[in-house]
Amino acid sequence: MCLSIPSKVIEISKDKTMCKVDTMGVIREANLMMMGDEDIKIGDFVLLHIGFVMNKIDEKEALVSIETYKEILALMDEEEKQQAILNDNNCENR
Amino acid sequence: MKELQLHNLYNNFRDGKTIKAYAKIIAKDAQKLDKTINIMEVCGGHTHTIMKFGLPQLLPSNINFIHGPGCPVCIMPKERIDHAYILAMQEDVILVTLGDMIKVPGSNGSLQNARSKGADVKFVYSPMECIKIAKENPTKTIIFFAIGFETTTPMTAVLLDQVIKQNIPNILFHINHVTVPEVMKELIDSRDIHVDSYNNKIDAFLGPSHVSVIAGSKIYEPFPKKYGRPVVVSGFEPVDVMQGISMIVKQFIENRCELEIQYKRVVTYEGNLNAQATIDKYFEKVSLFRWRGLGNVPDSGLKLRDEYAKYNAEVVYKDILPISEIEDHKLCICGDILRGMAKPPECTIFGTACKPNSPIGSCMVSSEGACSAYYKYGNLL
Repeated sequence: MCLSIPSKVIEISKDKTMCKVDTMGVIREANLMMMGDEDIKIGDFVLLHIGFVMNKIDEKEALVSIETYKEILALMDEEEKQQAILNDNNCENR
Repeated sequence: MKELQLHNLYNNFRDGKTIKAYAKIIAKDAQKLDKTINIMEVCGGHTHTIMKFGLPQLLPSNINFIHGPGCPVCIMPKERIDHAYILAMQEDVILVTLGDMIKVPGSNGSLQNARSKGADVKFVYSPMECIKIAKENPTKTIIFFAIGFETTTPMTAVLLDQVIKQNIPNILFHINHVTVPEVMKELIDSRDIHVDSYNNKIDAFLGPSHVSVIAGSKIYEPFPKKYGRPVVVSGFEPVDVMQGISMIVKQFIENRCELEIQYKRVVTYEGNLNAQATIDKYFEKVSLFRWRGLGNVPDSGLKLRDEYAKYNAEVVYKDILPISEIEDHKLCICGDILRGMAKPPECTIFGTACKPNSPIGSCMVSSEGACSAYYKYGNLL
């Protein structure tokens, strides 16, 4: 019910009440009446819910999360490598 | 990565490796816990993600999910569905509602059943479609049966705003909007009476995603401060949920009890102030709203302000709408499930008399209900 879809704004109507968004290749119209006049620009990432733009997606925060995940994966890889070396050193058949 | 692409917003937050990495972090941290922690994911969207991606299987045994009441379709009491049914059966009425309502059974049947008996019921993607329907059918009264939490309420408010500004004479509203913090309070208050006998309790909340986009994380302030329950507002994707769980576990091992936001890419402390102002202009709280499975919850419902009573279908059609309450099925244990005292398979009618196509209890009604999610993804457990 409360699900919403990340999309990219590609066009804004002159009266700024409607916009066109790209949702992974599907182009659709979305209502902008819940947003302030200057809130949304072409190229912004937004969340869509039942035909409305409900908020802008903060690009910087999204990138920070993605970077955090990359760092965690790199750390895990390193830990796994260290563990593999340790297991190898302790292997009785060596 | 310097520039965000649309696909990153999907793929990076569903990445299997990242989910597993968080599972490892949580497992390591959870070893330091001195007790099981019960985390309520309030929102049905989270329940769906948790079950769809089999997240309970990835977590240690001392992390337990309690599936909350955050599915506005599920918790709609039968008497409200009956209102929709009765209104739809009026000759001059077109009843419009969101697709989620199609199969929800009232005492006479669902809106789908009403349609098969000749009622004019339209299921729409967006409330704004009411305006087009009203203009195309000037001799009919369009009644928008409005459902949803804070996420969906502002869209109903924008529709009313446009009905007034465009002077559209034939749109009325039947309001069933409910609010999240009040039911969270109710669950804690009602739980603490039962804690000793059930030996189970809500230790922390995974805060809803899109309710918080609109209302802001500020609505959860009382929970860490007054009720001693940490809240982490988390996104709907599986990586979001795992990171949210990890943040909750860290609060426990570091002896913190705070309100935090994992879903920072869209949720702020203040929320969408334009949307909040529009809601406040047209809606006010009702002192009691009855939730299917939970009963009366104080201050948890909204209604149109008195100055907009002429748009209120419950006022206009008050002579034909019954006010009596309809009790839940006696064998149904949805109330206990929503309070975290039972899991769906513990119910005697789960998967037998009560199935997604013929739901008896609230938690089976929509795909976001706990029973429906267990039924659909149960083979993962």
